[in-house]
Amino acid sequence: MNLTMLLDMAADGFGDRTVIGSRKDGLTAARLRDLSAAAAAQVRAAGAEAVVYLAVNGPAFPLAMFTAARAGVPLVPVNYRLGAEQLAALLANHPNAYGIADETQSEALTRAGLSARTPEDFILEAAQAAEKGVGDQDDAHDAPEAPAVIIYTSGTTSAPKGVLLHHRNLVSYVLGTVEFAAAGDDEASLMSVPPYHIAAVSNVLTNLYAGRRFLTLRNFSPEGWLDLVRAESVTNAMVVPTMLARIVDADGVDRSVPSLRALAYGGAKMTPRVIERALKEWPHIDFVNAYGLTETSSTIAILGPEDHRAAITSDEPLVRARLASAGRPVPSVEVEIRDEAGRPVPAGEGGRIYVRGEQVSGEYAGSGPAVDERGFFDTRDWGRLDEDGYLFVEGRIDDTIIRGAENIAPAEIEDVLLRHPGVADAAVVGVPDEEWGQRVEAVVVPLPGADLDGETLRAYARERLRGSRTPDRIALWTELPRTPTGKIVKRDVVAGLTAADRQTA
Amino acid sequence: MKLRPGQQVASTVDGTRLIVVRAPAEEVALTCGGAEMVDAKQAPAPSGVPAEDAREGTQLGKRYAAEALGIELLCTKPGEGTVAANGTPLVLQGAKPLPASD
Repeated sequence: MNLTMLLDMAADGFGDRTVIGSRKDGLTAARLRDLSAAAAAQVRAAGAEAVVYLAVNGPAFPLAMFTAARAGVPLVPVNYRLGAEQLAALLANHPNAYGIADETQSEALTRAGLSARTPEDFILEAAQAAEKGVGDQDDAHDAPEAPAVIIYTSGTTSAPKGVLLHHRNLVSYVLGTVEFAAAGDDEASLMSVPPYHIAAVSNVLTNLYAGRRFLTLRNFSPEGWLDLVRAESVTNAMVVPTMLARIVDADGVDRSVPSLRALAYGGAKMTPRVIERALKEWPHIDFVNAYGLTETSSTIAILGPEDHRAAITSDEPLVRARLASAGRPVPSVEVEIRDEAGRPVPAGEGGRIYVRGEQVSGEYAGSGPAVDERGFFDTRDWGRLDEDGYLFVEGRIDDTIIRGAENIAPAEIEDVLLRHPGVADAAVVGVPDEEWGQRVEAVVVPLPGADLDGETLRAYARERLRGSRTPDRIALWTELPRTPTGKIVKRDVVAGLTAADRQTA
Repeated sequence: MKLRPGQQVASTVDGTRLIVVRAPAEEVALTCGGAEMVDAKQAPAPSGVPAEDAREGTQLGKRYAAEALGIELLCTKPGEGTVAANGTPLVLQGAKPLPASD
């Protein structure tokens, strides 16, 4: 049960089909297998214990993934936006690795004592080795419990941790959620998230297994994305919510995407205004909201196209509300909501989200598996299930505000602010307070041309929220601090608010 | 044989290989082409031929199951032989599509 099994099936089942890159000069499934076998022989010859990938997304990324799998070592995609110090600390965990890095990043690898080659050279060297008949002879690398990919968490609430995704987890995810060779040979998928994001890893595997051609966008821009969708007749795409917001909000661009059939989004909370606008702009597209964590090998719950259409057209508040839900758990995963004492709570009640399933790793480098005795993993997300099993995710437990003795989930307040017609973006945080421990404050980004002020917004919030939940102050900013993949960095919001206080004091 | 999810099983009479998606708690007699299947890790090179009356064959990437037994296998290498559990041929499963989410 190895990732190479998925590639072997693809090469056996539809070896001539182009699965990576453009139709005219991309790689077929059979070619991908040959190149990965040749490159794996080189990784083995170098005695490397991991393959580190420090570059933007591109055809070298899937090749690196299967090369590592064939060589029996983990792939470690690394965030190329990290600062020098953080990067050095992370690379020190992989001293004996085979390095692939963009030209601008190769120095970081060299400094860490690793070999470095560009993604282009990596493909070229593999092709040359394949030509010479170099192949990976060792076929005995079926090690389901070995780590296939190590992804470092973004560390928005704590220091980055290396999540070990074993071959068993990733293969189970693919077998549990994708039908083999189900894609038509005209289908093409565009991935816009960077390779160190779990969705980029799972995207490689699910599209290959489905037989869907796989394209990447190196650096996201709304125009670049729309142009590529049209130029390559892209049928499926995945974006994070901030990307969708930029696409629907961009001025003076041609938003026609006649080839696009399905658009998946996930990775952070979606603003209702943005998804509603996208649904109106593109009524022909099937929208899919996916909820998952790095630790769960990507998607564990899906809000499907029919759910989206039902929610947008329904008059029933329960059905309408589901547009903000993560949908229902995938069949191979169980979800349990538990209270603070660890007891499962009934439908409708909030608590911690726990998940169990073969795709759930829940293991971090350097520490044992973080699952309980029943095999459940604590997502550290707060949420609830409704009576029909729809999962509502209400934010990180670590972001919970404790005001006096009251626990307050910022998501509830953010939802209220985001429904104000002049609000583009909102974040609610707990700011240290002498009397209450923490007090509730908010930062709002107004839509262009909206006439807003903090006090009017507070009055708006007070009409819809309990007094203790109404932010004590609402500041207006031009943008929120977010990670490149769209997660709000709450500690930076708090830091910004308290710094402003110090300046005015 | 006692099966576990993720385990790969191999035919001894042709190239058929399947991966266990769902395993029953009890032991099952798993056969391909009438001959007992083995764990792929210990599989010898196939010899002989599938039995005349057990040549329904398998298709790459398809699921085969027996609901009553709680067993489901996925074909990773197709072959000629019929795959059966406790003497009953497994049934080819239809696709259960989920929308692409990544």
